[in-house]
Formats: sequence, C-alpha cells, structure tokens
Amino acid sequence: MRKILLLLAVLTFAAAGCRAEPAGETTAGDGDAAYIENKGSDTIVNLALAWAEAYREVRPEVRISVTGGGSGTGIAALVNGTVDLANASREIKPEEIAAVEANGSTPVEFVIARDAIAVIVHPDNPVNELTLQQISEIYSGAFTNWSQVGGEDRPIVRLSRETNSGTHVYFLEEVLRLGVESDLLFSRDTLLLPSSEVISAEVRHNPNAIGYDGLGYVTEDLKVIAVAEGPDSPFVLPSAETVNSGAYPIARDLYMYTAGEPVAAVREYLEWILSPAAQAIVAELGFVPIGP
Amino acid sequence: MDKSLRERIVTRLVKASGYSAILFVALIFYFLLRSGLPAVFEVPPETILSTRWYPIEDYFGIVPLIGGSLVVTAGASLVAFPLGLGSAVYIAEIAPGWVREVLKPLVELLAGLPSVMLGFLGIIVLSPWLRTALDIPTGLSALTASLLLGFIALPTIVSVAEDALDAVPKSYRDAALAMGATEWQTIWRVTVPAARSGIFTAVMLGIGRAIGETMTVMMVAGNAPVVPRGLSVFLSPVRTMTATIAAEMGEVANGSTHYHVLFLIGIALFLISLVVNVAASAVIFRQVRRQERILS
Repeated sequence: MRKILLLLAVLTFAAAGCRAEPAGETTAGDGDAAYIENKGSDTIVNLALAWAEAYREVRPEVRISVTGGGSGTGIAALVNGTVDLANASREIKPEEIAAVEANGSTPVEFVIARDAIAVIVHPDNPVNELTLQQISEIYSGAFTNWSQVGGEDRPIVRLSRETNSGTHVYFLEEVLRLGVESDLLFSRDTLLLPSSEVISAEVRHNPNAIGYDGLGYVTEDLKVIAVAEGPDSPFVLPSAETVNSGAYPIARDLYMYTAGEPVAAVREYLEWILSPAAQAIVAELGFVPIGP
Repeated sequence: MDKSLRERIVTRLVKASGYSAILFVALIFYFLLRSGLPAVFEVPPETILSTRWYPIEDYFGIVPLIGGSLVVTAGASLVAFPLGLGSAVYIAEIAPGWVREVLKPLVELLAGLPSVMLGFLGIIVLSPWLRTALDIPTGLSALTASLLLGFIALPTIVSVAEDALDAVPKSYRDAALAMGATEWQTIWRVTVPAARSGIFTAVMLGIGRAIGETMTVMMVAGNAPVVPRGLSVFLSPVRTMTATIAAEMGEVANGSTHYHVLFLIGIALFLISLVVNVAASAVIFRQVRRQERILS
C-alpha cells in the first residue's frame, strides 16, 4: 500500500513538472530569449518596472528583472558583475569607475530621463517659497525654527533619504553644499528614513516637517515649495516644463549604466527606452522625458 | 542491526546535533571577525569612537549607534518588564481556568505578529498620536520604538515567566496560605521570589529579542545618528546598530572600509547579546548551586 502511494506521489510531481511550450518561443522570432538584470535606484525603480512591463509587448521573449536598493546598490552590483543594467539617480563616482575598470570593462552612461527634486512640507505650513540658501541652512542645522524662514513658531523636523540613496547624495552636493566642494553635512538630527513612502507619511501629518524627494513621488496632499536659485531669482515650482527649461534649480538627470558597451538584448532595450514610446511612460509617472 | 549498535548510532547523532549548535555559533563569530577586524586596522580608533556617523564621507563613529541600541532596548525593557510580569502573574496565579485557556494562546498570537507590520502601525497610528499627545517635534523617536519593541518582547517574557511561575511547587503556596498570608502576599512574597531565576531568564530573553530587532526600529525610530544624552533622548530620534546594518549593507562594495565597519558593528551587537546571555546563565547557575546547597 505504501509503495503504491509513493509511486502516485512521484507521478504527480512528474506530471506537475510538464507544461506546454510558451507560444513565443516556438514561432520564428527575430530575438533569442534573453534575461536582463536591472538593479539600482529607488527613484527609478517604478519607471524601470513600467518599462519592463511595456517591453514585454515589444519583445515577449526578453525577461527583465527589476530591483531597487538605491543607486549605490546598483553600481556596487555593476562593479561585482552581477547586473546588466544599473539604475542610478546620480552620476557614477570616480572611485566606482575605477572599480569597474579594475574588473576589466569601462562603465557606459546613458541619460534615460530627468527628475526634479521637490521640497515638500505639510499643507498647513504657511511657508510657500524658499531660496536654495535657506534650504541649505535648514538642512545643515543653522535654522532650527520655522519662524526663522517666515513660518510659525515651530521646531523644524528635517527628513531625508538614507545615505545609500542617489537622491540623498544629489541633495547633499547640489542643495546643501550649493554645488561647491565643502565639508558641510546634514545636521545630526536629520531623520534618515528608509523610503519615500515613510517620508510622505510623516510630512502628511506633521506640520513641523520638511522633506525632499523625486517629483514622481509627490502626491496631491503634500505641499511643494517654490525654490529660487539665488536671492534675486524667481521662485519656481517643479514641473516638466521648468525642468527642461532649466528654470527649476533642483533638477537632475537619471542614468542607466552598463559595464562596457551594451550588446544584443541590452542594447535593443536601451534603444527602446530612448524612443518616444518609452519616454511617454516617463511623463505618465511624473518624471521629465528627455527632450527630442 | 542489533540494539546496542542502534543505541550507539543514535547517541552519536544526538551528540553531534548538540555540538553542531556550538559549531554554528563559533562559525558565525569567526565569519564576523574575519570581515570585521580589518576595520580595526583600516580606521583609526579616534574615528571609530567619534560621535559622527556618516559613512559616505568616511565618518565612522559608532558611538551614536551603540547608544541608540542601548536606549531603545532600555526603553523596551521598562515597558515590557512590568507588563510582562504582571500578565504572567495574572495568567499563572489569578486568572480562572477558562480565562487562562483563552489568554495563553492570545499571547502566543502576539508573538506571531510580523515586526514590519508593527512598524507600519507605528508610522501610521502611534507616531502621529504621540506627536500631538506629548507635543514633541516628531513622533518618529526612541519612545515610539521602545513602545513597539516592548510589545514585541512581551510575549517572550510572558511565556517564559508564566512557565517559571507554574513550576513553583504547590506546597510553597499551601504553606504560605496555611501560615495566614493573603493571596496577594503569597504571590508577591513567596511565589514570585521562588520563580526568580525563571523570571530573570524571561527578561534576558526579552532584552535579547529587543536588541536584535531591526525592521520596527528602522521604520519608527527616525534613524538619526544622535548621541543619546539625558532622559530627553526618548523624545528624539535615534539610530540603532541593527537598522544601520540593514539600511546600509545593500550599498557597500564587497571588501570596502564601510563593509568592514558594518561587520564591526555586527561584532559589537554579537558581543552585547553574548554578554546578556552569559550574565543570565551565570545568575541562574548561582541560583541553582545555592538551592542545591540549601536542600542538601
């Protein structure tokens, strides 16, 4: 009796292992089945996922795996050779380039979209506009009370992304340090929150809070601050137009990196990403498509 | 095969399983040492012992991280110990039979709650409420983390303490009642002190659970690497060792200084847990020896 049951179990597992050939692979397709590993920036991850899903319509035999983890994570994976395409919301650093070259190839950079960093506050916060200098002083700890920038008498609670985020590094270099080399750091009591969602949740209900994140992550119930580049510049709200025209000062390019020139499936995927079809998806997600 | 051969094989297997536990812990410690000790040579001691943690610019001060972990663990113990002991006493000594049958499994259920879910509740519910109720700048603070960690450590403390209280012989209680003590006096002056070592083990296990908790603290403690100073630290954000390792391990390049320093933090965490467990064992061991001397 036991032997019969055992035989039945084995046959069941064997039957479960059989499946019909997927239709795409039996037709004479012009591409071979391929697997692209795509990893990196959490700012880009939603966009990368949308692209991967849309690309399945174009090339169903190419499978793309998308993961987040931060720009630092993606580039580290490129250095280690475990990824085909690294997403980064910041430029690759010289020491990272050296690390890739030490492993035998040169990193190649592609600008795939643009992003604006929005500075967000609670909707009830009376402050509407800030200069870059003021934002820098808020985040470095020079200002500790909202009354110092024209708001109410409340303590300022600074929210930031974690240090492995490209958004964080970009903010450090371009906003905190105003684009110049310096030793200025975030104030010690800046909260380093693990994701955009936590930042949004805290800003949404805490009138003391100020945070920053990619424009694509800002929802309707948050208030976006208009930023002026200098004391005499106009205050500009972030949008696709102001980013492409250069009026909004806190804007950046989003990158994808490969180790060495991309070939075959990866090259085709990158060409598709730079095409109008894919750039339309960029606009849908709240980022800025690269100009024609 | 004959009985004695089977006996010997089983004995060997069981012995091997026992020793394998020690082997695994030793291997983990060896791996930690191998990956973490290079940090001691790569980073000067003044940097490691400094108070600024900002790894992408080579500020590797781990003092705020250790402080953060200790603060949150201390807070969790303050929350979990009275609640845990109280619940255990109620379940073991006071509750009627049917209440005990319901409460015990419910407490076990609390142990099954995923910590990330508690972290989520912390962000959405607990932290806004604490901010308005205590009029602090932000609810993402050590206090929120301590409260949630206390709840995570609670089921462990309740289960083990309740078992310890159950193990106190009925004769102790009968003797106390026979001498005229009230029920509360019996519980507080006789039963609980008799179960002292088991309750102590329960608290140590709870502390071990709290200090190793990662997801919850990463979501609600604020992760600001501030050195804790004075009691007001509970109302400000802190950064724990566990949250640091979890948040940053993904980005580090294998073999870099940052990588080694993160493992050094892991060693620190391991040693703290080891010290807590060894202290607990030492206390229990001394209890047992004293009891043996008294009874012999």
